[in-house]
Order: sequence, then C-alpha cells, then structure tokens
Amino acid sequence: MSKPFDFPKCLKRNTFHYCPGCHHGIVHRLICEVIDELNLKDKTIGLASIGCSCFLYFYIDVDILEAPHGRACSVATGIKRMRPDLFVFTYQGDGDFSAIGLGDSIHAASRGEKITAIMINNTVYGMTGGQVSPTTLLYQKTTTTPLGRDPQREGYPLKVAEILATFEAVAFCARSAVNNPKRVKETKNYLKKAFKAQLENKGFSYVEILSSCPVNWRMDAVSANYHVDKLTEVYPLGIFKELPPKK
Amino acid sequence: MKSKRILVKGVEAIALGALAGGCNCYFGYPITPQNEIPELMSVELPKRGGVFLQAESETSAINMVLGASAVGARAMTSSSSPGISLMSEGFSYLIALELPCVIVNVMRGGPGLGGIEASQGDYFQAVKAPGHGDGKFLVLAPYSCNEAYELTAKAFELAEKYRNPVMILSDAILGQMKEPLTLKSPKIKTLEKDDWILSGAKDRPGRVIKSLFLDSAELAERNLKLKQKYQKMEVEIKFERLAEGSEELIIVAFGSMARICKEAVFNLRARGYPVGFFRPITLFPFPRKALCELAESHQKRKKFLVVELNCGQMVEDVASALCGKGDILSLAYPPSVLPFPEDIEREIIKCLNLSTSLNV
Repeated sequence: MSKPFDFPKCLKRNTFHYCPGCHHGIVHRLICEVIDELNLKDKTIGLASIGCSCFLYFYIDVDILEAPHGRACSVATGIKRMRPDLFVFTYQGDGDFSAIGLGDSIHAASRGEKITAIMINNTVYGMTGGQVSPTTLLYQKTTTTPLGRDPQREGYPLKVAEILATFEAVAFCARSAVNNPKRVKETKNYLKKAFKAQLENKGFSYVEILSSCPVNWRMDAVSANYHVDKLTEVYPLGIFKELPPKK
Repeated sequence: MKSKRILVKGVEAIALGALAGGCNCYFGYPITPQNEIPELMSVELPKRGGVFLQAESETSAINMVLGASAVGARAMTSSSSPGISLMSEGFSYLIALELPCVIVNVMRGGPGLGGIEASQGDYFQAVKAPGHGDGKFLVLAPYSCNEAYELTAKAFELAEKYRNPVMILSDAILGQMKEPLTLKSPKIKTLEKDDWILSGAKDRPGRVIKSLFLDSAELAERNLKLKQKYQKMEVEIKFERLAEGSEELIIVAFGSMARICKEAVFNLRARGYPVGFFRPITLFPFPRKALCELAESHQKRKKFLVVELNCGQMVEDVASALCGKGDILSLAYPPSVLPFPEDIEREIIKCLNLSTSLNV
C-alpha cells in the first residue's frame, strides 16, 4: 500500500505549542508541503512576526528572521531587494498585518515587492488574550469589546484581500480557510499559486487564511471550527486577483 | 596616492563617505536638513549596482535596513531628530539581533517638530538609549566635512566588526555648510559574514535570527553578552586634545560646537590665556579615561567648561567621567542661538575669573 502523503521535509518534528483546535498548525504544514514540492528550502527566508506564530522557527526548517510587530513586509522588502534570487515569505496575523503593520503591508503591495504575505485572520489578537482587531466581526465580543464590536465605536471589519486586489502591482490575492478538507486543499493550491507568482517575478502575492481561535472565541475546538463558516459570510473565499502567466 | 579636492556640504560628505565605505543599499524617508543624502544616494547607488529605496515612513525604512542587513548587505539610513525617534523601535531590534548598519542623525532643534536649525539635543538619545532595553550604539561625532567622510566610511567596518549599529551624530550646521573635502580611498575592511547571515538553508539546517528569549536566564545571558561587546568597543575611543595639562580651564565640546569652541580657544591661547580644548569623537564609548588623565595631569585642579547646543547633556558624562577631579561648568545654548567664537571667548574669560565652581 502506498502512502497518500508523507511528513513534509522542512516541517520540524516539534510538538506544536498552539492551543487545541487552532489552525496555525495546519497552515504551517501546508507551507512546508509547498516549499518541498517547489523545492524551495535552499533559497527560502521566512519572516516570523509578532503573535502566536512568532515561534515559526520551531516548526519550519528554513532560514527565519523575526520581524518587529507589523514590519514583516518592510523587512522582507529589504531582504528581497538585496537578494532577488531568494524566496521570501511573511507569516502574519490580522493584528500584525492589518492593524499596526497596515502601512508597511499596503506599500509593499503597492510597490509590487516580489514577496508573499500570508495573513492568518482569526479576528482577534490571539497571543495577548483576544482583544478586538480590525477584522473582528460586528458585535463580536472580545476582551476589549466586552459588549461586542460596535460599528459606531470600533468601525467595521477591514477587508484586506478586497483592498489589495485593487492594486496594480499585486499579482495574486486570495482568501481561504482550513476548517474542512476541501478548503485545506484549496488553501494549498492558493499558497502554491502565490509562491509561483513570486518565483515568476510577477509581483506581490497575498493569501489570507480564515482561522479559528477557540480559546479567545470562548468555544471548544469543534464549535470554533464550524464558526469559521460564519466568518466566510463577512469574508468571502476565493481568488480576488490573479495575473495571467507571463508570456 | 592622488587625491581629489571638491567643495561639498557636510551631508554630501556623509553620503560620499558611505559609498567609499562600501554601502550598497540605502532606505530612508525625507526630512530636512538631510535630504541631500537620499538624493545623492538615489543617483549613485544604482550606478554601482546598489539599491536605493524611499520608504513610506521612517519606521518602514529602518526595517528595510534590518532585512537588508540580515542578508549581509552594507545597509544605511539617514534622518533627522523626529525621524530618528520614529526609528527607535527598529534600533532596539537591530541591536538585539546583532545586525550591523549605519544610521545618520543630522540633528535639528526639538522637542516636537522643533525647527530646522542646528541642535545637539539628541545627545542623550544617541548615547544612552537609542531604543528600549539596554542596547547601545557606537556613536561617532564628526566636526568637519573631511571627518564626516572618513568616519562614515569607517562606520561600516566598525558596524560589521561588532555586529552592532553605528550612528553618525551630525547636525544642521555641519550638514549644511560647504567646505573642501579631500576624496581619499579609505581602506575599509570587509569581514566574513557567511557564518551568520541568512542566505537560504542550503546544505545546513535553517538559521534563525531572533530577539525573543522567554527563558529569563537566557535573556540575562544575552544582555551580558551585549554588555561585554560594548566594553570591547572601548578600543575604538577617539578624541582630540589640545591641552598640555598645565591649563586652568579646558573646553569640552563635540561636533559643530567644537568647531566654534576650537577657534575661541586658539584666539585666547594666542593672547596668553591658560585654556585647553578636548573634543570627544566617539560619544559612545565616551573618552572617560582620557578626560580623567587630563584632569589629573600637572597635579593642578582645572575647570572643565562643557559647551553644547542643547540645555546641557554631555556635561553629565563629563562630570561622571571626572568624578570630582575637576570643577564642572556648563555652557548650554538651546537650539537656534548659535554663538560666535567671541561669545565663547567672553564666557571662557568669565569662567577663568570665577573663584568657585558651579554645581551641575
């Protein structure tokens, strides 16, 4: 009997520190699978950011630099401009990419930096205990919106993929989720397209992944997994922009 | 060796010095009075196969420097006081990650938006706490175009030698005045970096450059390692001393203020006044020992008049270095009131006549 899949080569055999039901582990694995399949390990630099995923280097066996909070796209710009031959990706949360780092993210995208940004959107600041973030759903309770997100006070959910899709220099922009097998496969497909867009020097590529945060959503792992479906009502899934292959 | 003389502004001398020092990338954001640096770099770097990029903010610029440095580039940024404050989080990370780079601060008046006149108001920020945590920069303070050129070139070597950022602390007067610059080809060493830079994990496990240490023993060890590095930097201490030790009063000043003071000291010495001059060139590490030796020479208690373009900052380092071995006097000009040498001369004569020292 043949194995349907194997342990990815660049995934380290460390036990994930993530909470039960968290989706970070699935996305880490998918990134490793794509790095293996595109044979990128020798030329990859990953940017860990601030949040639960700052320990990216515990799990992925590539060169990794820890960027200051929100600055991963600027740090990646410095790397890629000096070493265009390397493959550079950032791994950021919604707080990192779309709150404190929105300026860095938007301008890197607008300049068409040949990097790939992966934003894990779980609608809260996970590591600091579940505070409201730009992507928190309306009326969602968080530790700093105890009565729920009020649009008159905290405004409306920020739709990053929709914004980036309007940029000329963005080569690939998509949103996916990993709360069922079909979506896991789809996410891997998007990651591969995003990585290839960078390898083909087409421009900035972006994949937003809706993820669960059971502890900060005050849910058990299974309910949190199903709750991701509710997120898709506000954050629709799919490819928002994809440049055709270069002739 | 044939050397060429050209007429340039101080900030242009800094940019040319950076190129002579092997700088191959520049990231920055416009701010007066240092815009000639990015303008010159935007022309010269692409010609030499280097990278110039204007960022959308100083925070972004310093993080581009961080990324470029991590892959082995000779990276640089420049700014002026408010922009330097914006970069300070990045400074702390660069120190913690042990990434070499050169940062230029062409100081302007503060606090807040302040003004665009010369100031030395960022002395404390540069030498005491460029960012949060316990980190330090190696800080070089030129006082002429020639020195700005040479120190900036050398700064790239020092940054790599210590794997630490080096700051060139200049100001609006030094930056905007024009004087002849002798273009030399300084010998700047390039150090082997393959053992630490990120380059892709080819035939080796993945490498990590990080500053998070949740284990408290490990974090303490990190801090002590950095502290030892700052102590090692003491071999780089540079200063200029125009004093035999028999003087009654020594002027201590750095940067453009030292330029004005030096002329005042020359004038007074020609008229027979017992006045000397001491100029720290490295502000961190500070030439404490050299100042002490001067204070103790000729067994004669001396006055030390510290002249600065701020409300009195370096005077604290001078007082701490002398540890009671001399009488400390402070002559502090807030930004926008730039004295003439004659003004300083009058103050020096007043101080010579003082029977008791002022307490700082």
